[in-house]
Amino acid sequence: MSRSGTVWSSLTGNPARFLFSAWPWRSLAYLASSALVGVLVLAVFLVVVAVGVVTSILVIGVFVLATIPALGVAVGAIERRRLRLMQSPGEPALLSPHPDLTGLTLLARLRQVRKEPGSWRELGYAILLAVVLWIVDAVLVSFVATFVGGLALSPLGAAYDQVMVFGWTFDSTVEALPFALVATPIALVISAYLLTAAAAGQAALARLLLSPTEERLAAHVAELRRSRINLVDAFETERRRIERDLHDGVQQRLVALTMTLGRAEMDVPPGEGLDLVKQAHHEAEEALADLRSAVRGIHPRVLVDHGIAAAVREVADRTPIPVSVEISLDVRLPPPIEAAAYFVASEGLTNVVKHADARSGAVVAWVRDDRLVLTVTDDGVGGATVEPGSGLAGLVTRLDALGGTLEVSSPVGGPTRLRMECPCQIEP
Amino acid sequence: MPDRALTIVLAEDSALLREGMVGILERAGHRVIAAVEDGDALVAYVRREPPDVVITDVRMPPDHSDEGLRAAATIRETHPDVALLVLSQYVADAYLPTLLESTDGGGVGYLLKDRVGHVAEFLRDLGTVADGGMVVDPDVVRQLLARRRDDGPLSALTAREREVLSLMAEGRTNGSIAEALFVSEAAVRKHVGSIFAKLDLDPASDRRVSAVLTYLRGTG
Repeated sequence: MSRSGTVWSSLTGNPARFLFSAWPWRSLAYLASSALVGVLVLAVFLVVVAVGVVTSILVIGVFVLATIPALGVAVGAIERRRLRLMQSPGEPALLSPHPDLTGLTLLARLRQVRKEPGSWRELGYAILLAVVLWIVDAVLVSFVATFVGGLALSPLGAAYDQVMVFGWTFDSTVEALPFALVATPIALVISAYLLTAAAAGQAALARLLLSPTEERLAAHVAELRRSRINLVDAFETERRRIERDLHDGVQQRLVALTMTLGRAEMDVPPGEGLDLVKQAHHEAEEALADLRSAVRGIHPRVLVDHGIAAAVREVADRTPIPVSVEISLDVRLPPPIEAAAYFVASEGLTNVVKHADARSGAVVAWVRDDRLVLTVTDDGVGGATVEPGSGLAGLVTRLDALGGTLEVSSPVGGPTRLRMECPCQIEP
Repeated sequence: MPDRALTIVLAEDSALLREGMVGILERAGHRVIAAVEDGDALVAYVRREPPDVVITDVRMPPDHSDEGLRAAATIRETHPDVALLVLSQYVADAYLPTLLESTDGGGVGYLLKDRVGHVAEFLRDLGTVADGGMVVDPDVVRQLLARRRDDGPLSALTAREREVLSLMAEGRTNGSIAEALFVSEAAVRKHVGSIFAKLDLDPASDRRVSAVLTYLRGTG
């Protein structure tokens, strides 16, 4: 069947191949089930409307009528499933035009459904199915059945009675048999084309009305962007939580420990005991220094308190080669953007020290046309790449979520230049 | 025992550290007249009963940003004669300008919290601040040194004079500087005089403090 491609290409292609493909049978199944579903939808509509109108004297009727858009959505869901009959294998299933509603209350779902243009298109399709399509399908299917069936069975009928077909009259099986043998295959061929064309046409209509439109796709993209920003945000919040936990917990305890050891040094008489206390004091301080530099890497307080310029200067100061910092921003930027810029600068400078073999570096940042641009340059050996899993790759992802970019220019032999650009506002 | 017993108001939100510091200060013979948990309480207490020295953490409730510094600035405005010793959990000279803006004279210190563990030095620094001196944490000074830009009056100083000045910023006496640099105290005095001359400091002010202020402010 995979050879057959879409129903249309099969319909207009090699007739022999078409006739022996599954398409005519699928089309028959599609139209027959259409008729069934249509009748059912009509019945449900009638019942809902009748009950709604009758009970609308009581307030409840209004609610009953209010569920009609939801009926459209339900029909849409059934029909999208049924459409698979008319899809060639490998063709992706039709997406729902609705956002994921799980987790919402019934009332909230109804409200959401009523807001979307997709539901109204679905309702339109449902009404079309209930009022027009199913009748057309039923007539077509029964006509084909009678037509082909009548011809095929004509020799049988002729045995009992006179049979008239297209102006010919047959009185006996022997007379009718040759005719039936010739006419039935022709009828089958005609029916196959008729049914398939009708089914394909109807499927195209259904596809048109039941698939997500541009606006839905745009909403989908916006939703993805939002969820990505949320992810970056969640990551940032977690960083801060860890920083706070370390700062308010472990760090405080270590400071308290060094204080206690400091007091002990004053009380313990000179000797081996005092030496041990001093050693313990020294080790506690080393631990504290280690912890301090770890906490700084997690989420620098200076960034939160004093902004990107001060935070980058601190990093530059800790960098063993001279780094000039030129950052003058008039306003504070949203925290995720500041954090992204800070991490670009600190990751960039870390790489300069680790790999570049540079003599000096520079971090420059400015805002132009409401976009923050930050560059990190060095006079080192170059050859830096954004490898998956590296710190730079993480920054690319982070900036991507904010609508920003990171360019790395690092020809072998140097110099290396990182350039980030990012909107100053977060647009969901 | 210190030269004189100081009255101290302490602001620190961690009970653990508060108790530790109170222990150290009282053991040294000072009197902690209040130990509060946030900047507002600190300002309110000082207004009621000004101490000799205020010791405050940079970061305190409610926002955990730089409440301690802001409280210190407020106190400096209303009670210029109360000495301020600000403690920070990390080396961050970004906090220094706020502190320096609040002061024209001495009586200010900015130390890393773990210096408190070096009890003897901490008490010495406390005394320096209480006497109107100025103490900046060696690590912060080192960080400032790394950022030094060669312009302004500081560019006139020799490397040795800068070394002396940075040790002065740490609140060290001439004797202590001489010890650290393995030179005689007379040599240090000579350097200090030359620094004062090169920075063109007003002899009427506390030139030691002014020199340190110039040094700390002259950062890019």
